[in-house]
Amino acid sequence: MKTIHRRTALLLSAASIATLGFATAASAETLRLLTWGGYAPENVIALFEQETGHKVEVTLSNNEEMIAKLRATGGGGFDLAQPSQDRIAGPQAEFGIYKPIDLSKIDAGQFIGSMLEATKANTTVGGEVFGVPHVWGTSGLVVDTAKAPGVKDYTDLCNAEMAGKVSYRLKRPTLIGFAYAMGLDPFAAYGDEAAYKAIIDQVEAKLVECKPGVKTYWSGGDELLNLMRSGEAVAAMAWDTGGWKLNADNPDITFVAPASGALGWIDTFVLPAKGKADQAAYDWINFVMQPEVAAMITEVAGNFTASKGADEFVSAELKARYQASFPPEAVDNIKWYPPVPAGLEVLEGAALDRVKAAN
Amino acid sequence: MRAGAKLGFFLLFAPLVLWLGLLIVIPHIDMFLVSIRERIGVAEYQTSLANYLTFFTEPLYLVTFLRTAMMSILATALTLVIGFPVSFYIAKIAKGRLQSALFLLTLVPFYVSELVRTFGWMILLRETGLFSTLLQWLGLADQPVEMLYNDVAMMVGLVYTSMLFMVVPLITTMESLDDSVIEAGYDLGGSGFSVMREIIIPHAMPGIVSGSIIVFMLSLGNYLTPTMLGGKDSLWFTELIYSQFIVRFNWELGAAFGFMLLFLSSLIVWGTLKLTGQTLEKTMG
Repeated sequence: MKTIHRRTALLLSAASIATLGFATAASAETLRLLTWGGYAPENVIALFEQETGHKVEVTLSNNEEMIAKLRATGGGGFDLAQPSQDRIAGPQAEFGIYKPIDLSKIDAGQFIGSMLEATKANTTVGGEVFGVPHVWGTSGLVVDTAKAPGVKDYTDLCNAEMAGKVSYRLKRPTLIGFAYAMGLDPFAAYGDEAAYKAIIDQVEAKLVECKPGVKTYWSGGDELLNLMRSGEAVAAMAWDTGGWKLNADNPDITFVAPASGALGWIDTFVLPAKGKADQAAYDWINFVMQPEVAAMITEVAGNFTASKGADEFVSAELKARYQASFPPEAVDNIKWYPPVPAGLEVLEGAALDRVKAAN
Repeated sequence: MRAGAKLGFFLLFAPLVLWLGLLIVIPHIDMFLVSIRERIGVAEYQTSLANYLTFFTEPLYLVTFLRTAMMSILATALTLVIGFPVSFYIAKIAKGRLQSALFLLTLVPFYVSELVRTFGWMILLRETGLFSTLLQWLGLADQPVEMLYNDVAMMVGLVYTSMLFMVVPLITTMESLDDSVIEAGYDLGGSGFSVMREIIIPHAMPGIVSGSIIVFMLSLGNYLTPTMLGGKDSLWFTELIYSQFIVRFNWELGAAFGFMLLFLSSLIVWGTLKLTGQTLEKTMG
């Protein structure tokens, strides 16, 4: 009797293990994640794989490349991507590379409410939501405060005494930043192509005028860090995290929110149109938005996330740097990127090409 | 037997046809179709030549192309001038193991990727780099010297990157020249210069032409070196194509630029061959 009982128990447990095994095998998927450097740290991936059984394959990229990659395949090849919130509605209307997000599968309680709502509003196309927020941050100025104390705004990069010691990118944030520093309002002109062109023309003239004083136009984050670290450049337009990273090595260098306002971006989660592992994608979103996990990502990426309550788990050092760069009034002054209407990039592109070619 | 030969012919021919068809002809047809599309609204397109028109009406693009072409021609000429004596030494003067060793040495830099080689130049030339520090240490400069981010740095990079592709064809053609022919030239009273001009250069001509074509095309199509070493003034045509495709989402204009690059560079090669009285057939032997 006893042995039989034991045997049944064994059989039963074997059966349950088998079903469990099958269950995970059926729902375990490979998540092909197209993201930025630092947004999917290895320790987070390991935790996620352990908890859910999904596999994660990470491809690092940037906004333009993400969209170009998805456009080339019609939204295939990846299951989850992370473009900025202002770059979703335009490409979606134009190329249809994303699929709507099923908001019922997302734990909205884990998000900072205002940020979630703003992102949803900005990524709505045809009544459907295409993005939810993940990491946010700003771009502004990285300054060696000992060698270039006078740099307070983007246009200060053109000052004569800074000649040969400044660097910025030839990309759209530079156009927008300079426009604000020159007292213009490019975001307000987004809907009016002629007005926007007039603004871009003025900025183009200014950038051409500034060109002789620019050391080089940087194109990669590491290139900028090298320029600042070696002292070859003492002021640059850059992301906040770049400044904080340098601050850890050299206390003189830090991120400065420009007087005309830092430019705020939010990187999101979107589902590519031909993604095959939606369940894994939703699992990943809900997993990384947990405050503890979000804090782990903040430690690596340097930027804060839209996860509610994650700040508590972030190191004091990082918080101190953030507060030094962003006094409350600077936070209020952040200019958040509205969605870019399709077609404006062509205008900006032609202007940037002309700046690059100018002598 | 005949059927077997036919099968053999098809089997040998198939890789070439597949290669050309799948990797070159079909993508180009697709690119061409993209290039004759004009965006007239959100996700709306019509067939037109507007993109090609843009290339000719916006002076920036034409100027950039001309600049790229001139710089590539200059890079080719410099590579030839530097590569010729090197190849001559390896092919004709060095003997035995020294010859193999020298030949190997020209290959060694190409064991690492182009990115690493270009980055090496950046380390040497930058303001806080090796040359700048050395000059200051020798007392020849009293402050850091910036040698990066200009046309000269770009040219150095281009010549360095393409040196191998000039040296190898030159060595192969010069090795086939019989030493006794050179001796005969001297016996008949020729000077070093006239032997070089009348015997060596004509014999090496196929190598010079094929090397020059390869180097020219490589420089014209180079993306990395101009972007990394040229800095703020390095407008290179391939960079324009890249930014149209990736940064501006303007595939139509990018595709048109790609075709203009293909067409104009072929035109330049053809024109130079005609001008110098060479033909592709002669080059191929």
